Amino acid sequence: MLETIDLRKVYPTGDEALTGVSTTVDGNEIVAMIGPSGAGKSTFIRCINRLTEPTDGEIRLDGSELTALGESEMKAARRNIGMVFQEYNLVERLTVMENVLSGRLGYVSNWAALRRKFPPEDVERAYDVLETVGLDGMENKRADELSGGQRQRVGIARAVVQEPKILLADEPTSSLDPESSHAVMELLADIAAEEDIPIIINIHEVPLAVEYADRILGLHDGELVFDGPTDGLDENAKDVIYRGADASETTNEAVAKTRTDNNAISEQAADKPTAAGD
Amino acid sequence: MAVETGRSWQRHGTQRRIKRLLAALVATATVVGSWLWLELDLQYITSSPPELLDLAVRMYPPAWAYAPDIVMPLIETIHIAVVGTILAVMMSVPVAFLAARNTTPNDLTYALGKLIVTTSRSVHTIIWAMLFTVMFGPGAFAGMVAIAVRSIGFVGKLLGEEIEEISFDQVEAIKATGGSTFQVLLYGVIPQIKPALVGISIYRWDINVRGATILGVVGAGGIGVELFDAVDAFQWSNVAMILIAILGIVLLSEIVSARARAMTR
Repeated sequence: MLETIDLRKVYPTGDEALTGVSTTVDGNEIVAMIGPSGAGKSTFIRCINRLTEPTDGEIRLDGSELTALGESEMKAARRNIGMVFQEYNLVERLTVMENVLSGRLGYVSNWAALRRKFPPEDVERAYDVLETVGLDGMENKRADELSGGQRQRVGIARAVVQEPKILLADEPTSSLDPESSHAVMELLADIAAEEDIPIIINIHEVPLAVEYADRILGLHDGELVFDGPTDGLDENAKDVIYRGADASETTNEAVAKTRTDNNAISEQAADKPTAAGD
Repeated sequence: MAVETGRSWQRHGTQRRIKRLLAALVATATVVGSWLWLELDLQYITSSPPELLDLAVRMYPPAWAYAPDIVMPLIETIHIAVVGTILAVMMSVPVAFLAARNTTPNDLTYALGKLIVTTSRSVHTIIWAMLFTVMFGPGAFAGMVAIAVRSIGFVGKLLGEEIEEISFDQVEAIKATGGSTFQVLLYGVIPQIKPALVGISIYRWDINVRGATILGVVGAGGIGVELFDAVDAFQWSNVAMILIAILGIVLLSEIVSARARAMTR
């Protein structure tokens, strides 16, 4: 179970990316986090495994408080958190198998890692996971030989092979075409069920979120303005997420809908790899 | 037209033009001053063609019979370059990590990395060789250490710049799996700089072959020892033979280097 309590992040530039986000993610639910560009979606995800250091608040994973851990303890804790990235972030010059097995690095010695000597059960698991993501037979290809969709599958395999307690996905579909996007979402949903772990997915394509998520978190200006089952995401809620809280009072539903759609489109264009801003 | 409308255009403003004029004056004065200070005597230029011809006559024909005697020194030269380069590469990898802004732990280690690079680079191989012949006595060992020490700065600097160019996303992904710092370097950084590491090493080896041919001038081993012995003894046809041999191995290393670097993509 992942729990964030009053999670705050203020960047050195003074931008307050998260203003105090509290939520709980449990079981094997698929949680989609939506919101406009710069709302703090990436910051939230990256704070959980402390790739970005939160300013304030608590993060608990199965009871242990991640925010209180020292550097080496945090390294050990990261083994329990799988992460999938927008730009896949594969090590381009390594093979598919090396990329997948790097998910096991937290469990092997430096010397074994240097010689690419992973325990047989790790290798076995890597083969299994490659099969799950539909890349069996590709283990000796170099990552830079693969297509975008295939690369994202390797990225997912690397996270799953960790046997994490939770999976974080930061805009996993933003660099993919619609078909691959659906395939990746489907794969993530399967994994949540099969591994029995929760997944938090940052996503700006609302229809994709609605199609696959059990629950929606809506972020606006660093504030959690919506937290509820996907069914509850009506036009009004979308309006609050994308236009801010007071917009719903001044606009009727039809206007709100077109605005939401426009937002989704313009965001798609704007939300490319500007990781620093998000 | 320009006069009629009162419009004019100048590339530089008045102040800027005065500064440029001053800069040109300083540059000219520097060149003239250096020339005068050196008291260059141009009459040597007129006497040089006959001297050159005289040298060529004394060198010709090269002493082909002397060739077997310089095979061993030639091999020694290449070995000095090979071992010196390998030593340098091994030592320069950690230096490169210190001297790269994105991997150095703190400002102090960054300064240390830069200090090692600068010290190594600012002293010529021959001067390093002189120091090491004093320390270790004359011979190939001193030469090899000199080659290694001079190369650390070169390889460390270029490799450090390469590390600064890597994609940090890939590094971050390895970090996110919970790998140790060493493992993050091993899986996230090293694969990204590997082609550069190989390329730079071979390039430096190529330079070091040339460098090793001249180490003999301070007694630090290699073909240079034979060369300067022959010069001292006025055995000009032997000198010609040695120069041909040096040209041969330099060309060879150049070819090997170009081929090998083309393979690392």
